[in-house]
Amino acid sequence: MNWLDICALEEINVLGARIVAGPKGDIAIFRTAGDEVFALDDRCPHKGGPLSQGLIYGKRVACPLHNWQIDLASGEALEPDVGCTHKYPVKIEDGRVLLALKSLKDCA
Amino acid sequence: MEKLKLVMIGNGMAGVRTLEELLKLAPDLYEITVFGAEPHPNYNRILLSPVLAGEQTFEEIILNDLDWYRDNGIDLRIGCKVVDIDRQNRRVIAEDGSVAEYDRLLVATGSTPFILPIPGKDLQGVIGYRDIADTETMMETARTHRHALVIGGGLLGLEAANGLKLRGMEVTVVHLGDWLLERQLDKTAGKLLQSALEARGIQFRLNTNTAALFDDGEGRVATARFSDGEEISADLVVMAAGIRPNAELAERAGLACNRGIQVDDCLQTSDPAIYAVGECANHRGIAYGLVAPLFEQARVCADHLARLGNARYEGSVTSTKLKVTGIDLFSAGDFMGTEGTETITLSDPIGGVYKKLVVKDDVLVGACLYGDTADGGWYFRQIRESHNVAEIRDLLMFGENALGDAGHQGQDKAMAMSDEMEVCGCNGVCKGTIVKAIRENGLLSVDEVKKHTKAASSCGSCAGLVEQILINTVGGAADVKPKSEKPVCGCTDLNHGQVRQAIRAQHLTSLGQAMQAMEWRTPDGCATCRPALNYYLISTWPGEAKDDPQSRLINERAHANIQKDGTYSVVPRMWGGVTNPSELRRIADVADKYQIPMVKVTGGQRIDLLGVKKEDLPGVWKDLDMPSGHAYGKSIRTVKTCVGSEFCRFGTQNSTQMGIDLEHALFGMWSPHKVKLAVSGCPRNCAESGIKDVGIIGVDSGWELYIGGNGGIKTEAGEFFVKVRSAEEVMEYSLAFLQLYREEAFYLERTVHYMHRVGLEHIKQVVLEDEARRKELHQRLLFALSFEQDPWQQQIETPALKKEFERIPVREVETA
Repeated sequence: MNWLDICALEEINVLGARIVAGPKGDIAIFRTAGDEVFALDDRCPHKGGPLSQGLIYGKRVACPLHNWQIDLASGEALEPDVGCTHKYPVKIEDGRVLLALKSLKDCA
Repeated sequence: MEKLKLVMIGNGMAGVRTLEELLKLAPDLYEITVFGAEPHPNYNRILLSPVLAGEQTFEEIILNDLDWYRDNGIDLRIGCKVVDIDRQNRRVIAEDGSVAEYDRLLVATGSTPFILPIPGKDLQGVIGYRDIADTETMMETARTHRHALVIGGGLLGLEAANGLKLRGMEVTVVHLGDWLLERQLDKTAGKLLQSALEARGIQFRLNTNTAALFDDGEGRVATARFSDGEEISADLVVMAAGIRPNAELAERAGLACNRGIQVDDCLQTSDPAIYAVGECANHRGIAYGLVAPLFEQARVCADHLARLGNARYEGSVTSTKLKVTGIDLFSAGDFMGTEGTETITLSDPIGGVYKKLVVKDDVLVGACLYGDTADGGWYFRQIRESHNVAEIRDLLMFGENALGDAGHQGQDKAMAMSDEMEVCGCNGVCKGTIVKAIRENGLLSVDEVKKHTKAASSCGSCAGLVEQILINTVGGAADVKPKSEKPVCGCTDLNHGQVRQAIRAQHLTSLGQAMQAMEWRTPDGCATCRPALNYYLISTWPGEAKDDPQSRLINERAHANIQKDGTYSVVPRMWGGVTNPSELRRIADVADKYQIPMVKVTGGQRIDLLGVKKEDLPGVWKDLDMPSGHAYGKSIRTVKTCVGSEFCRFGTQNSTQMGIDLEHALFGMWSPHKVKLAVSGCPRNCAESGIKDVGIIGVDSGWELYIGGNGGIKTEAGEFFVKVRSAEEVMEYSLAFLQLYREEAFYLERTVHYMHRVGLEHIKQVVLEDEARRKELHQRLLFALSFEQDPWQQQIETPALKKEFERIPVREVETA
């Protein structure tokens, strides 16, 4: 697993998100009120809306296009909607946000 | 901490709904045990009639299956009747000898059919109509016997009669009153109903008592004799002459009872450890037999069981509907009329339509509809909200006409729609899908239907239709509360009005403080309440409350409109729709430089650049060098103008300049919903002032102001507000009205809906008749606007804000 240093935690707003240009499209990194971080593909399973632009509350994000509620930890849509978006391992070390991608070479 | 023990006696709709609400509020507070006398999990009792009529099956009306009880850790003991409450030792004892201790006891024993004390009442084949067992007996008897007698021409009796007739029996209904459903209908409607049911082959004997029942020699009922001495054959007798609260158990335990278990506004009985909800409870002298009030009780009771203690039940206005397919009737409130009431009637006996509205002191207090009930839900809302109907009195009888006239083929009668017809034009949801979802999931509110089917979840124009379908499917159980009474969202029990009030009264100035003071159940709210709270804070305390960008939806955070592919549209401001060659050149250059795929003229007289990438937004704004058009916000949008007296040969006033001045004055105004203005220079009204939130029309002697117009989902013509002489007055009156709207409207309430809720009269009183208040409102808006700057300029100049628009490239990040 390649842990990539993305940015300092402060560079993501509380209850905000930043976008990382990932190998297969954008990856959204979310920061909750409790300073936890989560990483998901920046695509809602419904119609591909950019989740990074949604409103974040608890450990969920509401998609900006049609208000699907996505669980940040699992990437799954909340009932009664059904769908799942890909999640990535992410962690905070010494105030830096680290994201795991399979291979650095993919990140062109 | 060890869990408290909650025991519930009764496993019906009111009780289980209380548990559902309780589990939402305090999932871990109690260890729950439920005793149910019937051998079934909780089912939808109000749908027994469709089951009897063969339209649904028992499986379809189960609300909570056994898995639900298990998943929630509830110890369910079905087929187990409680025979004693031992209050001394706080325990209940069941028929089979089992015992359960409680810290809190919830009695939800429902009601029992009233069995007439006549000879023969205990014979085989004589039943009430209450549960699955009764329904099964009726279905079974219909297979083997011929003659059915239903005693009681109320809702339940008629549904039973209809079901038995459909199952092939000869049915006679005997009824004590002068007409059918005398508690739901007046005499005229009752007679219409009787003719319709007679046409289906059901026979009636009104003003008649049943004197005795006789057996066939083998213990089964065979004959009924009436008070007039006549006799008829009867192999099945269904007693539907009313229900009695099932309070016997509570009474024996020494709880205060009087036609039901007496409860206070917290649903607490005379023993503080014991609560009661549903048909067994008597609240302020009323034992409710319909499901909607019971659900309101459930919510309040759960609140107290969860130890929150801030909800109160203060009684319900009820409405009813007969669940007999093809027969449409609806009544609500005081439809008979009493002293001091006036009646408006529409009667077409040949066409089978009868409508009666009862008005008292300019407020609708009752409605009785037969044959065409499409507006039932709307009338019910008028009754519950006690609207003043003086101004719409001449139109009242015709209902909420043109309900939802975009996106669903102009349909406004849910009953007349086939299952394949599209109800929600945004999400492509057909009527059949909605009906199925309502039945399968036991949905009872429009919000629940939205969640499950997506119908009415986008533009909302079909919400009225969905509500009709809901009412037609589940009848009086439909929860059709207006927004003014509903909690803001699942995070709180407070409604919008209460939240606004608390923010003002307690001087709350930040989101965190507000949530804490109002005891929000979630740490940081949800996507519904946060934008609303943020608006209430900044509009109530301008300059003090700090705007929270993370509580704004993306358009207001990015200051542009998100499009389906995640790109944005940019609309620069053109004051009053007036531009010049230099602005147009810059727009053209920006479109070239950023390869903008579409440049389009909007309906608000400006230019839209569509398909801008988010990271390009700051550059686009900088190069345009024009202020934000706020085309994305719950805010002032544009002031549309015509060319007016400067150029037009018909123009009477300089409408263009008036529009430009208004747009400058209102720049940066946040509001509960979007706000659009227009100024026309003469009554030809080329700027379409009649369909704007504030529409202004110049006439030779001054200006006419119209408010509450809307050209969107449902076209609403503005109401004439006032005529003034000068441009200064236009400014003062318009701004004062908009400030009143900003202070009093609920979040996401357009001016037209705000105006309908509070009444035009109220707005006129404040803005027109009270000069001091008008001037204060005007000043307060100017004060609030003094803090607003051009958001585009701010984003360009503040590096910290700019990073929101930048993507982090992975090429630059290194392996840690």
